[in-house]
Amino acid sequence: MTAVSLNHYLVVSGILLVIGVFGIFLNRKNVIVILMAIELILLAVNLNLVAFSAVLNDLTGQVLAMLVLTVAAAEAAIGLAIVVVYFRNRGSIQVEDVNLMKG
Amino acid sequence: MNWTLALPEIVLACLGMAILIFGVLRKQESTQHATMLTIGAFLIVGFLIATRQTGFAFHGQFVADAFATFNKELVLLGGSLALILSLDWNRSQGIARFEYPVLVLFATVGMLVMVSASNLMTLYLGLELQSLALYVLAAFARDNLRSAEAGLKYFVLSGLASGLLLYGVSLVYGFSGTMDFQALHAALMKPAAAPTGLIVGVVFVLVGLAFKVSAVPFHMWTPDVYEGAPTPVTVFFATAPKVAAMALLLRVMGTSFAELVPAWQLLVVLMSIGSMVLGALAAIGQTNIKRLMAYSSIGHMGYALIGLAVGTSDGVRGVLVYMVVYVLMTAGTFACILAMKRDGRPVEQISDLSGLGTNDPGLALALSVFMFSLAGIPLMAGFFAKLYIFLAAVKSGLWTLAIIGVLASVIGAFYYIRIIKVMYFDPPAAAFDRRPPALSFVVAATGLFTAFFFLFPAPVVDAAELASRVLFR
Repeated sequence: MTAVSLNHYLVVSGILLVIGVFGIFLNRKNVIVILMAIELILLAVNLNLVAFSAVLNDLTGQVLAMLVLTVAAAEAAIGLAIVVVYFRNRGSIQVEDVNLMKG
Repeated sequence: MNWTLALPEIVLACLGMAILIFGVLRKQESTQHATMLTIGAFLIVGFLIATRQTGFAFHGQFVADAFATFNKELVLLGGSLALILSLDWNRSQGIARFEYPVLVLFATVGMLVMVSASNLMTLYLGLELQSLALYVLAAFARDNLRSAEAGLKYFVLSGLASGLLLYGVSLVYGFSGTMDFQALHAALMKPAAAPTGLIVGVVFVLVGLAFKVSAVPFHMWTPDVYEGAPTPVTVFFATAPKVAAMALLLRVMGTSFAELVPAWQLLVVLMSIGSMVLGALAAIGQTNIKRLMAYSSIGHMGYALIGLAVGTSDGVRGVLVYMVVYVLMTAGTFACILAMKRDGRPVEQISDLSGLGTNDPGLALALSVFMFSLAGIPLMAGFFAKLYIFLAAVKSGLWTLAIIGVLASVIGAFYYIRIIKVMYFDPPAAAFDRRPPALSFVVAATGLFTAFFFLFPAPVVDAAELASRVLFR
């Protein structure tokens, strides 16, 4: 049984980041899933920060992790509000319907 | 602590909350007062910034120096112009709510923090404070589907960019053990010893910031957001946040990663070339003038990035001069776009401009000045802005970049001059509505600056010179 080292944390957080990024670009269904993917990216970052902070024996990383949690909450609130506004106007939150302007 | 150095930001945040309470308590028609108060707050803070000391505050997390002062004044200028332009438009479009100036104010607080960041944590704090307010602003016309869609797109892509930037921050922290810009600079004195993880982190940070300045290949959101958002919001998006993000990019690359120039230079060069070429080519086929301005701003960010790619304080000076000229000519162009209204309804097609030369010679003349300047025709401000950038590039031997830049601006001149042709030579259409005095004032002021910059460039160039000495030492 090997101990969990820094590399393990980095790999997990790397995988979470990739899942998050793919969740945004490959997702063709629902805007809410995109919000979840953004949240996943931020969680990957937090995992990184906390792992580095423990290994470096330095508190800065944990402080930033707390800050990121707070900002992620605010961002999710604003994101959901924008999704509500969009739904009221469009009547759908399917990703393929977000196409009024090309690009 | 030395917190007095951050006094302008603290004052602005407190004034923002005061204006918010004022707006909530005064039930009806508080928008005009709230806007005036916000512009007043910007003036007070501009004065405080101009008169404050320099140095580090909050244990090195916050820095006040000539570079910060220069960019902050520019951010405040951009914010004030956007607010002045928003008043009449918002009222006529039924979105005059007092939250608008308050959101602009809080976004500006975020930008001021960004410009003064001297630590990766401060960087993130400022960036998010700015972004959260901008998300709401993009979707501000909440009964309009295009605005809601712009808000949604901006939110998703900007959230992704913030996430990538933060991932880069975590890697930089993990592989160097510090988030402080000065300490990073000291730790990276021997670039050969920089671990790969750190370089990956720097690339992620660069990508995140490239999103914010909308450099190719991270520009996808720009045309849609510019087109969909209410035009006064577009004015704001095109001016102040660009300055703040560019300043942040310069600060991060010019202090903490200054010794790693060989590692990131190629990346910046490629982004710069991509932005210039895309800005020049993609704008040709556009019919919507807001969309055209989006591609134009992508192109301009490409020129400004040349100054960063050079990696010397000469280059930084070029970028700073460029940003001043860019902010004023863009604000002026958008003021002209805001004047495009028939029967109270805004029109946005380039063909709607036909006949402006006979219907409203003053506005047509101003718009021609802005178009010539955006194209970089000699004697206009835009020409000198490009000149300083290209000179810095040539001085450092980046000939390819300078040549591609000149070629791209020649191609770009085509669509700017097409607008002038439409105004003066196409069969005239109906006249626009009478333009409000605030708008004429902005058009006149920015137009005079753009046309006569060549007579007195010294104040701007000297200030930029002073500000640029802080970086790439």
